[in-house]
Amino acid sequence: MTLPIFESRELRPEPPALDPAITTQWLVAFLRDELVGRRGISRAVIGLSGGVDSAVTAFLCARALGAENVHAIRMPYKTSQASSLSDAQLVVDALNLPCRTIDISAAVDGYLQWEPEADARRRGNVMARTRMVVLFDQSAKLDALPIGTGNKTERLLGYFTWHADDTPPVNPIGDLFKSQVWELARYLGVPQRLIDKAPTADLQADQTDEADLGITYARADAILAQLLLGYSDAQLVERGFSHDEVTLVRRRVDATHWKRHLPTTAMLTSTAINEFYLRPVDY
Amino acid sequence: MSEVPAHLRVALLQTKPAKGQYQRNLAAAGEAFAQLAGDAPDLVVLPEAALTGYFLEGAVYDLALCASSFASDLARMWRQACGQRVDLVAGFFENDGGTYYNSAIYVQIEPDNERIVHLHRKLFLPTYGVFDEERFLSRGHQLGVFETRFGAMALLICEDACHSIAGTIAAVKGARVLVIPSASPGRGVEGDGELESVAQWRARLRLTALEHGVYVIYAGLTGFEGGKGMTGSSCVVDPRGRILVQAPPTQACIVRADLDLRDIDLARASLPLLGDLETVLPDLLLDDDLPLPGRRYDAADL
Repeated sequence: MTLPIFESRELRPEPPALDPAITTQWLVAFLRDELVGRRGISRAVIGLSGGVDSAVTAFLCARALGAENVHAIRMPYKTSQASSLSDAQLVVDALNLPCRTIDISAAVDGYLQWEPEADARRRGNVMARTRMVVLFDQSAKLDALPIGTGNKTERLLGYFTWHADDTPPVNPIGDLFKSQVWELARYLGVPQRLIDKAPTADLQADQTDEADLGITYARADAILAQLLLGYSDAQLVERGFSHDEVTLVRRRVDATHWKRHLPTTAMLTSTAINEFYLRPVDY
Repeated sequence: MSEVPAHLRVALLQTKPAKGQYQRNLAAAGEAFAQLAGDAPDLVVLPEAALTGYFLEGAVYDLALCASSFASDLARMWRQACGQRVDLVAGFFENDGGTYYNSAIYVQIEPDNERIVHLHRKLFLPTYGVFDEERFLSRGHQLGVFETRFGAMALLICEDACHSIAGTIAAVKGARVLVIPSASPGRGVEGDGELESVAQWRARLRLTALEHGVYVIYAGLTGFEGGKGMTGSSCVVDPRGRILVQAPPTQACIVRADLDLRDIDLARASLPLLGDLETVLPDLLLDDDLPLPGRRYDAADL
């Protein structure tokens, strides 16, 4: 008699999985604790870009705080795609959020008129930082907390403007890979168009994240998930990734550790802040 | 020893402390005690770092107390809320004359005095990943089993209970109830309807109870601390490994259970693994290959 054979599941290079119900429950509790419980703030302000990250963040905040307490700010620049505005509007309409549109073109150009040679990267950074100026001022006006919308993939790849996108004091999705954000978006009921569209920083015409990065989010997430567990490049190649894509991801991560930290401060005493004098952020 | 009662009625107070605000959290515990006053339990259990929060870094030195002060504070709050006698377990950061520990006390509170029955200092201080305990704290050196009016018990704090040998040694030394104050930051959202770390804890506690025929009482801290969410999930496991009650992960609450202490003997009769272990344990521990002190450097090695 031939015996049946049971083989272990083949290791396939897949993005990490997510249980969206548990994740939502946990993140809603996190937002309530951080805003209402710890800070006594019941309102949030979110820069709504028309992308899936800020949409998911808005949906989570609406569950945690009530939609009427989630203030969406659309901040187009004159070269932003018109679809970014209309896609953001889909989120506003779906949740019935209070929303304001503040065009940042005059503020950005007010500075850049003195720097006409600034390349696209510099111009993009100015736009990103200007948006944070607006977001924090609106938060002061509205007695609301700015909420971060950066995901784990872009944080690990350094695909963000330092002291801009990463600035808000609370971020519910920063430990979720982009693939997991999409999964969460489907569960939360984010408008399908935002889930299907190509992610873009929308700082330049026809820009897409995946073209900028040189790899798809699905592949990058699958590599990152295993890289963070300590697998070597050789082991990642054994698991079905190409040498080139592993190298690309590894280099981006290694080159951007500084972007995930506070500024480097020279230590001169045995009471140096965050070196010897150690207090948690919520103390 | 006087006869042990058949029942132990426990209340777990799943605290959600405001970070570092000891007096405010003590007052909140007093309010919870008042909730219990109408039907006072025999034993109240609070989590690890119950009234300060867990991730304190250097602020642990601001907030650590000597054991007698902590016991006195708890006793005062209990008496204000409820005059009845009670036993109480709670985790706190201990200052023992300038040496700091992650500790838990078992206090017997009477209407006019209190007595520390046992003080346990955490043995296994997690210092990896998100944890940094040994940077700030010293570790305990003894796993004590102590007598209470409800029989022999042992205290284990959080990671202590992650090492199956700790529960094993406590049971072999006679503990019939393991009380575990804990603070576990949740992680793992891949699937199966709950956080992976919550599922792992439950599996661990059930296995400990089942293997040794002991009651396991687990009190978990809850609330977010700088983005790290403590998973609560306080629970009671019977000596057959069954969950009698389990709290939700993210909510301050009270968990109550009535433990029939006679079930310990019945469970051990039907699954006598502890008795078997006591027979075989000398052979296991006298194994010359075990890396135990005094055996590492025998004549052949020198």
